[in-house]
Amino acid sequence: MHVRLLATVAALGLAGSLSLATAADKPSDPQIAHIAYTAGAIDVEAAKQAIAKSKNKEVVAFAESMLRDHEAVKQQALDLVKKLNVTPEDNATSQALSKAATAERDKLSGLEGAAFDKAYVDNEVAYHKQVNSALEGLLIPSAQNAELKGLLETGLKLFQGHQQHAEHVAAALK
Amino acid sequence: MPTLILSAGMAQAATIEVTIEKMAFSPAEIAAKIGDTIEWVNKDTFVHTASVKGGWDVQLPVKKSGSVVVDKAGTLDYYCRFHPNMKGRIIVAP
Ligand SMILES: [Cu+2]
Repeated sequence: MHVRLLATVAALGLAGSLSLATAADKPSDPQIAHIAYTAGAIDVEAAKQAIAKSKNKEVVAFAESMLRDHEAVKQQALDLVKKLNVTPEDNATSQALSKAATAERDKLSGLEGAAFDKAYVDNEVAYHKQVNSALEGLLIPSAQNAELKGLLETGLKLFQGHQQHAEHVAAALK
Repeated sequence: MPTLILSAGMAQAATIEVTIEKMAFSPAEIAAKIGDTIEWVNKDTFVHTASVKGGWDVQLPVKKSGSVVVDKAGTLDYYCRFHPNMKGRIIVAP
């Protein structure tokens, strides 16, 4: 069941699937820390690719703001795990996220110009939506440590902001 | 004419501070008078802005502040360009 779920997650490019995880799959704090870190690192890589490839000023500016915010969150997360003395633990969700992100990056690397811009921004909207539903439905309710929960809650507001920002950029591209 | 001096003193412009912390403007809604300064203090580790569509755009770097002087009466809705879910309002009285 678990394996099949993960295969579906990868096949769907993760669409909403993270929220399908049941209470039995409740991640531990070290796993949550790893998932949060991975989710941020994925968007940093996506932003770097867009900055290198896009010629659209607005798309590049958006990617730069993603890079800046996610680097800031990453630093906060690293500071927190150090303070709490938690070792982030790799897990199936992190792996599924990474796998889907690698596939997306490969797909985007084959696109140029306006086609790339549209695909990147559309994926940013979809990706932030998925991460937000995972934060709301699974990660925040599962977090045991209050500081970790607090970081995730701020992260949710940040990601919701990114989703709206991406939606604005997507609308402007049309 | 003491009355005039007094009213001039009362009309002195104020500075109203809005704090940005954890992705929110606080207080989200403020009341001001024409000539007042609104100052945003960014306590987040994220860069924000206080922007009015078609109007001013105040950049708020990490741990820095920025300000604007309100010069017209009315309701001003502003937001952060980087995080459009961050919203604030200034009600400016004449
Ligand atoms: Cu902001």
